[in-house]
Amino acid sequence: MSTQLDLVPVKPTTAIVGEPETRKRSKWFRLLVNDRVAAAAAVVLGLVFLTGIVGPMLVGNLATHIDLDNSNQAPFTLAHGWANILGTDPLGRSMLARLIVACRTTLSVAVPAVVISAVVGSAIGMWAGYYRGWRETIAMRVADVIMSFPSLLLAVVVLYVFSPNAANIVLVLAITRIPVYLRTARAESAELQSRLFVDAARTFGASAQAIIWRHVAPVVLPTLLTVATLDFCYVMLAESSLSFLGIGIQPPDVSWGLMVSQGRTYLHTAWWLSFFPGVAIVITTVSATILAAWARIATDPGQRWRLTVPQKRLSRFTKTTKALS
Amino acid sequence: MTAVAERLPDLDETVLEVDGLTVDIRTITGTVRAVNDVSFTARRGETLALLGESGCGKSMTATALVGLLEPVADVVAGSAQLADVDLLRANRKTRREIAGTELAIVFQDALTALNPLYTVGTQLAEPFRIHHAMSAKEAKAKAVELMARVGIPQPETRLNSYPHQFSGGMRQRLLIAMAVALNPSVLIADEPTTALDVTVQAQIMALLRDLRAEYKMAVVLITHDLALVAEEADRVAVMYAGNIVETGPVAEVFADPRHPYTKGLLNSVPVHARRGDQLKSIGGTPPDLHAIPAGCVYQARCPLARDICATTRPALDGGDRKAACHFPEEVNCV
Amino acid sequence: MSDQKRADDSLLEVRDLRKSFSVPNAGKKKLCALDGITLDLSRGETLGLVGESGCGKSTLARTLLMLERPDSGTVRFDGIDPFGLRGKELLAFRRRVQMVFQDPYASLNARMTAGELIAEPWRSHKGLYKGRRDREMRVRGLLDLVGLGAKSFDKYPQEFSGGQRQRIGIARALALEPDVIICDEPVSALDLSVQAQVLNLLNDLQSQLGISYVFISHDLSVVRHVADRVAVMYLGRIIESGPTEAVFDRPNHPYTAALMSAAPKLNGEQRPERILLKGEVPSPLNPPSGCRFRTRCWKATDVCATTAPPSAVDPEAPGHAAECHHPLLQEGTLASV
Repeated sequence: MSTQLDLVPVKPTTAIVGEPETRKRSKWFRLLVNDRVAAAAAVVLGLVFLTGIVGPMLVGNLATHIDLDNSNQAPFTLAHGWANILGTDPLGRSMLARLIVACRTTLSVAVPAVVISAVVGSAIGMWAGYYRGWRETIAMRVADVIMSFPSLLLAVVVLYVFSPNAANIVLVLAITRIPVYLRTARAESAELQSRLFVDAARTFGASAQAIIWRHVAPVVLPTLLTVATLDFCYVMLAESSLSFLGIGIQPPDVSWGLMVSQGRTYLHTAWWLSFFPGVAIVITTVSATILAAWARIATDPGQRWRLTVPQKRLSRFTKTTKALS
Repeated sequence: MTAVAERLPDLDETVLEVDGLTVDIRTITGTVRAVNDVSFTARRGETLALLGESGCGKSMTATALVGLLEPVADVVAGSAQLADVDLLRANRKTRREIAGTELAIVFQDALTALNPLYTVGTQLAEPFRIHHAMSAKEAKAKAVELMARVGIPQPETRLNSYPHQFSGGMRQRLLIAMAVALNPSVLIADEPTTALDVTVQAQIMALLRDLRAEYKMAVVLITHDLALVAEEADRVAVMYAGNIVETGPVAEVFADPRHPYTKGLLNSVPVHARRGDQLKSIGGTPPDLHAIPAGCVYQARCPLARDICATTRPALDGGDRKAACHFPEEVNCV
Repeated sequence: MSDQKRADDSLLEVRDLRKSFSVPNAGKKKLCALDGITLDLSRGETLGLVGESGCGKSTLARTLLMLERPDSGTVRFDGIDPFGLRGKELLAFRRRVQMVFQDPYASLNARMTAGELIAEPWRSHKGLYKGRRDREMRVRGLLDLVGLGAKSFDKYPQEFSGGQRQRIGIARALALEPDVIICDEPVSALDLSVQAQVLNLLNDLQSQLGISYVFISHDLSVVRHVADRVAVMYLGRIIESGPTEAVFDRPNHPYTAALMSAAPKLNGEQRPERILLKGEVPSPLNPPSGCRFRTRCWKATDVCATTAPPSAVDPEAPGHAAECHHPLLQEGTLASV
């Protein structure tokens, strides 16, 4: 006689309530659309990436067209042509065009650097955290060594010795950022080892790889995403520091960081030279951070419900208890 | 049978009277009634057990009385009289005055209930310093006395230890010591022994019994363990989905239950069942507080459910033995 | 049960199993979790394992599941020593012993659906159910077997109650068709009514599929209901074992008697004066010499401190033995003179 159970599911407060089974893609889309701020951030970020990819082709050589008659023109007037709507730099080149071209350069340095350091760092970290013991000790000491070097100094030395081309910059930035991912991934991985579901996986005979891939990585991933987006901001700023010191992107190539540093001497007279690239950096990094926060909630089945409820209902949770009068 | 013989006959005074306590919780999907019209009394020298499974509202009742409800929970109705104070309407000042002196609570997890950064001596001395304005030295002496009273060996040396240096049973004794320090009238024990080994549980319950007699307290014992209730409590209030469904003296209620849920619980405990027999479990799933039906709260799982159960909620009727059921006589045929 | 039948049916034989852990900050001292465990399990039988915290039952469970390697002693599973196996053979062997964990919330990965959780064991044993359809059908079959509806397939653990999650855990343990399931306090975290349902389910599965259980619990009434034989552990040793009725009705070891006495009883029959043990369980880092229980035993004498206690057999039930210098059945419950 089997035990019949009338499965009336306990009304979940932690799952999408009453949602019919829909295709995966539209589920994510709906989760994104529901959070208006994250959706806006996604749009902005999408625009940035789109600019980076197709922008330079559209702009042609406007970015390099030197026109000394038009040097240091103020922005927000169409008097000097629509291309100069954001002003011009000392050599008369259109700021708008340079921003667009610089977008590609900046992204092509920041994104690979972050991706490389994230993948390498978290792989080593998860492996070290899984095995503990001497592997963990070695990995942590390596991370400590890298962290104890002032990263900018390391970058200066490396780029001075080898030529400061984009690939080297990416490599140097990637290496100096590895410890952050390593330590985060190791800590989470080590903590997960004591969890019961990992033990359960071991009882089925799951190999170390399988456990890391199936159980450790999905849990570590959201944290890493958050760290990666913050790191993305850091890397963009680091690149601008290097350009500031003259060992980053070399002219005639242009990046936002380089534009900021080139505008340094004109801060009183032509503020727009540093301002607009600075704003571009801020907008990109803030959008990335917001999107990472959304992704963190969306990928956690336990937290996903926050994205399925209209925002104003959430505020009822913050009211405090009133005493009976 | 059990604790009855130990009740001091002249101490029958009612110290805590709860009437119609109702607590609502604001959730994402609407307001939920976690505690519905709960009434009970606690008398000196007696242990009242609030018995129920998880989600029945017993812990929330206790936290409502003590004033520790979480922000999303509101007390919407009821009164709780203790020493001329209505606990549910007391302001902060009044609450601070009666905390420890009249009303005390012991929680389940002693490790999280004790501050890990302060020594045990400091924490035990705290009630004395706050309420009796004693000097540090006097308060420490009192703390040593307390520790000895609850059976902690070598109290003078252990005064300077930290909570994590004690075992689970010892920590629970410390919590009890802090609770009875100022001789309260009512002690609420919320699952005090659930996390402890069975031999330690026996020691702790013996201690509570002694303290109850010595300090002439009323004890409200919140638990899901029927056997514990059978041994330690004088009266029991069985809760389901936020409502009290049956109350009465323990021996009588367990021998002759008048509510199908009580009967179902008694059947679920493997006492007389032989090896290989199926236990007569309660069918169905735990109640969903979002969807409490009109009529009786237990109808979905009740073998005696009939039409009237769906329309009319049975009142908690009776004298000393109350049961909220339309067919209390039929319960024992289940 | 005659010895011959026992030998034929014998599934698991553990002899003198020992396991210690080195503890950081304790220097040379080792934490002795298992100090010579000997037990037997037959096919279709349930062995109850009772003990309080620190007695080593979790370590024993983990060792039987081959999550820990013993320091010494033998384990024979159907005649084979699993610790001698490597690689593919060890993997194939793992199918035969599975576990149902105590905490239905922590033992399921919250990011996997019920279907994925139950099918997870097959990802490491790819030969078992090759096609996707095959696996899906088998998962649905298992869900049905444990009493969960087909809709559960795509739901995440948070959408289930504690009892339902435990059923998922049981379904997952059954996925590899094991011979032995080790149940580590499977119902302790569940409500009373749900507890009864899960116990009934385990019972059903045993009669349908002939699985043996090692049932670890601290709740004596539950153990009494499910176990054919029971072993009582204290500080790494089995201090009493035998048929359930014999051990619970006529405990021979003072600790067993104290446990029985301490456990609150529902029907409250008149019973002898409650035995309250003094003190608490000593630390496994520093177990008492001679008999481990002597620091809390009211019958302890000098000999208990110097020599390890011998095995005392119950005259009425030969399978029932306890290790004690002053067994209760032979000497009575009063303290020895």
